[in-house]
Amino acid sequence: MKNWLTYTVPVALGIAVLALWEWAVAHYEVPRFVLPAPSAIAQSFVDDHAQLAAATWTTFRIVIEAFLLALVTGVALAILFAQSRIVELALYPYAVILQVTPVIAIAPLIVIWVGYEHIDNALLILAWLVAFFPILANTTLGLRSADRNLVDLFRLYGASRWQILWKLQLPGALPYLLGAMKISGGLALIGAVVAEFAAGTGTATGLGWTITEAGNRLHIETMFAALAILSVLGVAIFFLLSALEWALLHQWHESAISRRE
Amino acid sequence: MTSLVSLRGVSKTFDSGTQAIAALDLEVRVGEFLSLVGPSGCGKSTALRIIADLIVPTTGGVTWPEGKPEIGFVFQEPTLMPWRSALDNARLPLELKGIARGDAEARSKQALARVGLGEFEKAYPRELSGGMKMRVSIARAIAAQPKLLLMDEPFAALDELTRQSLNDDLLKLAREDGITVIFVTHSVYESAYLSDRVVVMTPRPGRVAADIAIAQPQNRSAAYRLTSQFTDAAGKISAALGHAMAA
Ligand SMILES: Nc1ncnc2c1ncn2[C@@H]1O[C@H](COP(=O)(O)OP(=O)(O)OP(=O)(O)O)[C@@H](O)[C@H]1O
Ligand SMILES: [Mg+2]
Repeated sequence: MKNWLTYTVPVALGIAVLALWEWAVAHYEVPRFVLPAPSAIAQSFVDDHAQLAAATWTTFRIVIEAFLLALVTGVALAILFAQSRIVELALYPYAVILQVTPVIAIAPLIVIWVGYEHIDNALLILAWLVAFFPILANTTLGLRSADRNLVDLFRLYGASRWQILWKLQLPGALPYLLGAMKISGGLALIGAVVAEFAAGTGTATGLGWTITEAGNRLHIETMFAALAILSVLGVAIFFLLSALEWALLHQWHESAISRRE
Repeated sequence: MTSLVSLRGVSKTFDSGTQAIAALDLEVRVGEFLSLVGPSGCGKSTALRIIADLIVPTTGGVTWPEGKPEIGFVFQEPTLMPWRSALDNARLPLELKGIARGDAEARSKQALARVGLGEFEKAYPRELSGGMKMRVSIARAIAAQPKLLLMDEPFAALDELTRQSLNDDLLKLAREDGITVIFVTHSVYESAYLSDRVVVMTPRPGRVAADIAIAQPQNRSAAYRLTSQFTDAAGKISAALGHAMAA
């Protein structure tokens, strides 16, 4: 019963809002370039489907690449930090500086360095920059949170550093990492789109550029269409990562217990 | 009786400047059940960790006349890995020692059966009660067939009935396998029930305040807890503890 309502209530609300929106736009004769009706937005999906599909693919590819890159580099650096305090002391402040500097402010610089002809690489770097830090910070914390007594037990039985890392620290850090991945997945999407805005028109062809371009031409319905696709992408990323989290943790982790009921 | 391990003039001062133990002399004999009691913070856990070679003493040394044996360690918390089943938790020491998987599995299955958890091999720690988790922790310690078992207030967090049944099981296991046990506890009654010898420590920095031998009957049971032999032993330990605290 409860489960059933979880889906039907928001869907019903969504449909009601769309219907009200459609009616209000027609009734008050709102101009298209201020607020297009849902039907006009739907029409834009049909008319611009080639451009929208290409833009979606471009953005999606950059987000996935940036996310995977952030995952690999974040975990690798966290492992390095957990192994050596000196490395952490040396590098952590710079990781923080990269994190706190707004991506939109670094974007023009990165674009110039990478070059307009490789704009995709520039977007990739910028999306990676924002997605990377939560993974690094959380995984480092997770690796350091191993139970002191368990570490002692491993040492008592002559475990190597590698065994402690592989059998104790990494499994223990998994809930931290999965939590960070949910945040980073969303950030990679934001990073990719913001970077495209910052890069200007140039040769970028993702959804961020589509929104800018459509805005310049007052194609508000195309802007809405691109916006809707971005939301769906964001939600899909979040759901996929939540499913992964559940698959890996539900058997043993406290966070998954209450959901079992 | 031959000596298994001896501590000579062992002291430990931590980096923080806290001196946990000072000039501790302790002789542990092969096959005995030795309890360490003393006020909180007197360095009992520190002493166990020094014996296990997990921390290095500031002065003094630990010697093993017969060579260093296989050591097991049981903590106050069960300290299980939540992502591993009971069986895989019990298997850990054998796995770390590089024993072949099949052999390790058979031995840890047997260890679980011996602590009465034969049917819970596949259960994860969160599916087990506090007492059962502690049993897994004991199974893990005995799976590697230790000659010396170090236990740091292992039953302190359990209810009285669970604690008593674990006391009996522990005695049985130690006797069957000929394991020497060094057992830290805050409970005078627990030490009186379990031990062949009780060493009472002074407040921090810890030294030996009293060394009490207890003549134990071979078979102890609930009825034994009501005998004057038992209450006399408990009285002696309690008096020594009071004396050590006052000094
Ligand atoms: N790693 C450490 N660094 C600094 N001080 C420590 C450390 N471990 C223990 N101590 C200090 O050493 C003293 C003895 O600690 P220890 O844990 O050995 O006492 P204990 O007798 O086991 O106490 P309890 O009965 O409460 O468990 C305490 O004052 C404690 O704060
Ligand atoms: Mg202690």
